[in-house]
Amino acid sequence: MIETRGLRKSFRSRAGRETKTVDAVRGVDLDVAKGEIFGFLGPNGAGKTTTLRMLATLIEPDGGEATIAGADLRKDPAEVRRRIGYVPQGGSTWDESTAREELVLHARMYGINKADAQRRAARALDAFQLTEYADRKCKTYSGGQRRRVEIALGIIHEPKIVFLDEPTTGLDPQSRAHMWDEIRRLRADGMTVFITTHYLDEADALCDRIAIMDNGEVVAEGTPTELKREISGDVVLVGLDLAATPQAAQTLDGEPYVNKLETVDEGGLRLYVDEGATAIPQVLRRLDHAGLELRSIELHRPSLDDVFLTKTGRSLRES
Amino acid sequence: MKFARDTWLIFQRQIQLLLRNPVWVFVGVFQPVMYLLLFAPLLKPALNAPTQAAAYKIFVPGLLVLLAIFGGLFQGFGLIAELRAGVIERSRVTPISRLALLLGRSLRDVVSLLVQAVIITLLALIFDLRVFIGDLLLAYLMLALIALMTSAVSYGVALKVKSEDALAPLMNTVAQPVLLLSGILLPLTFAPGWLQGIANWNPFSWAVDGTRALFAGDLGSDKVWQGLSITAVLAALGVYWAARQFARSVR
Repeated sequence: MIETRGLRKSFRSRAGRETKTVDAVRGVDLDVAKGEIFGFLGPNGAGKTTTLRMLATLIEPDGGEATIAGADLRKDPAEVRRRIGYVPQGGSTWDESTAREELVLHARMYGINKADAQRRAARALDAFQLTEYADRKCKTYSGGQRRRVEIALGIIHEPKIVFLDEPTTGLDPQSRAHMWDEIRRLRADGMTVFITTHYLDEADALCDRIAIMDNGEVVAEGTPTELKREISGDVVLVGLDLAATPQAAQTLDGEPYVNKLETVDEGGLRLYVDEGATAIPQVLRRLDHAGLELRSIELHRPSLDDVFLTKTGRSLRES
Repeated sequence: MKFARDTWLIFQRQIQLLLRNPVWVFVGVFQPVMYLLLFAPLLKPALNAPTQAAAYKIFVPGLLVLLAIFGGLFQGFGLIAELRAGVIERSRVTPISRLALLLGRSLRDVVSLLVQAVIITLLALIFDLRVFIGDLLLAYLMLALIALMTSAVSYGVALKVKSEDALAPLMNTVAQPVLLLSGILLPLTFAPGWLQGIANWNPFSWAVDGTRALFAGDLGSDKVWQGLSITAVLAALGVYWAARQFARSVR
């Protein structure tokens, strides 16, 4: 459904007299299959939104190619526009309009005639449980209601693919759960859904496949399970005082069951082991033997954050 | 065909939103009415006009051009609000004509200007202003072209600067000399030679002269076709440039 090769974009930014070129996206290759929820995971500034905006024809790539729903992004952006829907991050509704007006107008921007546009608007309002507020001005809506209107706008013309830029940012947990259901419903209707997110749990729970993006590049791609499996084994988090950390690192480094060892900035160790259950008693014994007191010990199944950490050397939570 | 339909779609939407908040008519008309009531009475002696009506024939056309220039130039603010709300971005992912996105908005501005112009003209009638309807319609055409140009330029600049803080001083800086050099408040026949020389390079000065000739009933005057041609060309250029801004990437 989406196939990109070497998609690039750089921006010029000016600070005082100097112009600096920022490579926002440095060669992205993606393959998104029909009918899947594909997630773009990465910290703010990783280039997710820039990539999405390129795919949605809003900014022109500097280089590379992309085919979206069968249309060539570079040669025929107008055809791409007809086949995709796009829901921007910062909202897209006008305070003084009603949801119904927005939906009808938006459908008509796709060339749909008035009667059909009205029918579609009514159907979308119903599907997104907005009928009750349909004729009130958008400025009276709650955050969750407004986001639902925006998603309805993005799919009013029944696109093959819909791009959602951070669809749940700023929503309370309950609206967020609702939004996940809505997004799954889009997939059930046969749509391909492409979302960006910086929430690990969202990528994990919602997406069929994800690409992890950092610094303008895709650093990993696969199903959440595959990605987590790549990090073989478990992670043992050892909580220690900052002062005790170096000695503990020394003690445990080179132990046969420790595949990899990292120190945590605030004090403590992160141990990558094959089998957490057998590693923990040995860790405890060794540290006790060395006379080191530990504050806590935790066993972690690998999370997407660990994937991110091994690929980029940073934690997504920190960045 | 698609282009006309798209333009009509945007125009309809904009007019609908405008009518929802009709305060604009009064806000827009308030200042010119103040000029008409509080400044124009000074003109008969100042211009050495034989009658009050003659003074109005000189002043009202200038006032209307002023309204068209300023009304148009400040439309960009509304667009910045739309940009911020994401409405423009949402439009740009649809296959709608980019020129229609601009023209639908600019035509709303033209219509709202013409409504204001009619109100001012009607008020001036009370003060014994008399104009032939044909001349008046041509004068309105001139005003429509001016408003089309200034609103398009304002939209184009708004898309470039993207912030009210930058747009306001920019537009004021442009509007001030344009206003003074167009002989709107007082005809430039009073101006010293050097000032007239500069004013000759100000297209709005030609527009004002043309509109005055029309109000004077001097349809055959060269100033009429000159003013109309200059504003028509500038309007076309302004629309072309601004439509390109709509087509280009907008952040």
